[in-house]
Amino acid sequence: MEQLLNGFATALTPTHLLLAAVGVLLGTAIGVLPGIGPAMAVALLLPVTYGMEPTGAFIMFAGIYYGGMFGGSTTSILLNTPGESAAVVAAFEGNPMARKGRGAQALAAAAIGHFTGGIIGTILIVLLAPFVAKHAVDIGAPDLFAVMVLAFIAVTSVLGASRIRGFASLLIGLTLGLVGLDEMTGQQRLTFGSLHLADGIDIIVVAVALFAVGEALWVAAHLRRKPFEPIPVGRPWLSRADLKRTWKPWLRGPVIGFPFGAIPAGGAEIPTFLSYVTEKRLSKHKDEFGKGAIEGVAGPESTASASAAGTLVTMLTLGLPTTAVAAVMLAAFQQYGIQPGPLLFQREANLVWALIASLFIGLTLLLVLNLPLAPLWAKLLRIPRPYLYAGILFFASVGAYAVNADIFDLLLMFVIGLLGFAMRRYGLPVLPAIIGVILGPAAEQQMRRALQLSDGSLTGLVNTPMSIIVYVVVLVILFFPLIKKFLPKPTPPAAPAPEREKVDA
Amino acid sequence: MTSETKTGPRNWLRERSELGICALLVVLGVLVLTDALRIPTDFAQRGPVGPKAVPILVGSLLLLVAALLARDVLRGGRGEAEGGEDVDLSAPADWRTVLLLCGAFLANAVLIGVVGFPISGAILFWGAAYALGSRNLVRDPLIAAGLSILTFLVFNNLLGVPLPGGPLMEVF
Repeated sequence: MEQLLNGFATALTPTHLLLAAVGVLLGTAIGVLPGIGPAMAVALLLPVTYGMEPTGAFIMFAGIYYGGMFGGSTTSILLNTPGESAAVVAAFEGNPMARKGRGAQALAAAAIGHFTGGIIGTILIVLLAPFVAKHAVDIGAPDLFAVMVLAFIAVTSVLGASRIRGFASLLIGLTLGLVGLDEMTGQQRLTFGSLHLADGIDIIVVAVALFAVGEALWVAAHLRRKPFEPIPVGRPWLSRADLKRTWKPWLRGPVIGFPFGAIPAGGAEIPTFLSYVTEKRLSKHKDEFGKGAIEGVAGPESTASASAAGTLVTMLTLGLPTTAVAAVMLAAFQQYGIQPGPLLFQREANLVWALIASLFIGLTLLLVLNLPLAPLWAKLLRIPRPYLYAGILFFASVGAYAVNADIFDLLLMFVIGLLGFAMRRYGLPVLPAIIGVILGPAAEQQMRRALQLSDGSLTGLVNTPMSIIVYVVVLVILFFPLIKKFLPKPTPPAAPAPEREKVDA
Repeated sequence: MTSETKTGPRNWLRERSELGICALLVVLGVLVLTDALRIPTDFAQRGPVGPKAVPILVGSLLLLVAALLARDVLRGGRGEAEGGEDVDLSAPADWRTVLLLCGAFLANAVLIGVVGFPISGAILFWGAAYALGSRNLVRDPLIAAGLSILTFLVFNNLLGVPLPGGPLMEVF
């Protein structure tokens, strides 16, 4: 508690407060722009913080993260074409509401939902993270390796339509992660004698290339000549009747969102959908669903923010990113030579608590700034598409060049951007590749450390209870299609009720 | 009907262009494996597992996944092209736009060291906007120049992230 207050003391200095506000505004502005999700927003804005000290940079990031998520749902509600998975559900009810002239209420329900979900999620971080970190210190190399394998398998199997394409993406990421000097022996791998490659490929370059350059090229190939017309909107507000219908979904959101964010199951996509189904089932206005039911905006949006908070627990305490945004944030930590993980709470206590405090501040600023600014954000949706994608390429180049001031990085980004284009064309998901680049080297370290302890015997990977349990989960996920064949089939599409029980437990 | 049989093999390949991804995975796999095999392991190895093991594993898995993906494609499986806010999948791919965009991007990479970021960045933005169909000969270059110079000043002077100023900035 004392540490949290210290964190607030750090975060509430005028400079840091200003950085948080700038982060929220930039994050929302970039997140609102069509075609840019929170992950790309964070990746594109990363270079802004290169010259800052870490605490200020992460305070700004906290603002960008939540701002980007809120911006994404604004796009969903007013354009009905979510570019970003966590905001898909917001379009289900939010867009019909906007078309019926209730866009202001939809935005208010989303904004307050993000605030509520985010605050509850952040309180849970305060309560849980130190506890998890304390116990995670005892986790050994075999356990960490097992958890990373789980992250690899989960991210390729749970999301996306085709598992084989997910694995292809993961392996591309792992290959990119191999480039450079082997951390244990210093031998060159896949460098082909190039000095540029000996330092490894910068994760920022990979992330910006896959998200931004790949996306810009892909959109260029199929640019919609007549962009969708956004629905104009006034200042968000809620009537008493709306409030009566939304406060329960707001509070239910975190129950579903937080646990799902913390486990490697692809972030907000699944929990927001579960929240939507739950709200539909519990609502007294079932007939309105599909035509603009406010519960269907309030619940999933609160869930999305809470799941972002859950993601941060795993990222900060275990160094394990479960979403694309967390992966980019992890890369940002590494940029400063800080390694998130169990020891972070001891070594960088000031930074972590300032970051957590700034999450509270960022969320409050988000609510205070974004409600009045919503009509302005809506105008951003009208930006001419040539400028939008030219701007994405422009800032991607700034970011990649600024990492090392090296033209080689620009060329590398171009090549990986072409790869990102091909991946979009053939339905290879981008997230597994990013997770592969970031976690691959760490997983190799842990595996080799574990095998060193066991003198090369493979049993060294499974000699703890935790690692065995994790591998069982991995096997269940891997062979789930086979298992499903033997299960009785009477229950039609996954009922939300048992899922909720699991979450509550 | 006859014309269709004529272009038969080409059509067959076009419908299965995803095999290109398989080819890419095979190339990557072979590259990773050959590179791994040339790593000398006789010295400096700490622990039972050297720097070779993981590349060999990744390389083999690349070949395996390439084979599985090829099987999937030949059996009629197709990767789903990604949709989006500004993506119209009903229209065929517009390669001219993509190539122009690549040109603008590479022009920046080539020029940034020579003429500095304010100029190369403006060329990138204007070129990209032109490629994407913006044809306003007054507004486009003005926005490009304004954005580029502003970005340079903000990053270089305000945020402490150095960018090459080039001859243009030496004048000031």
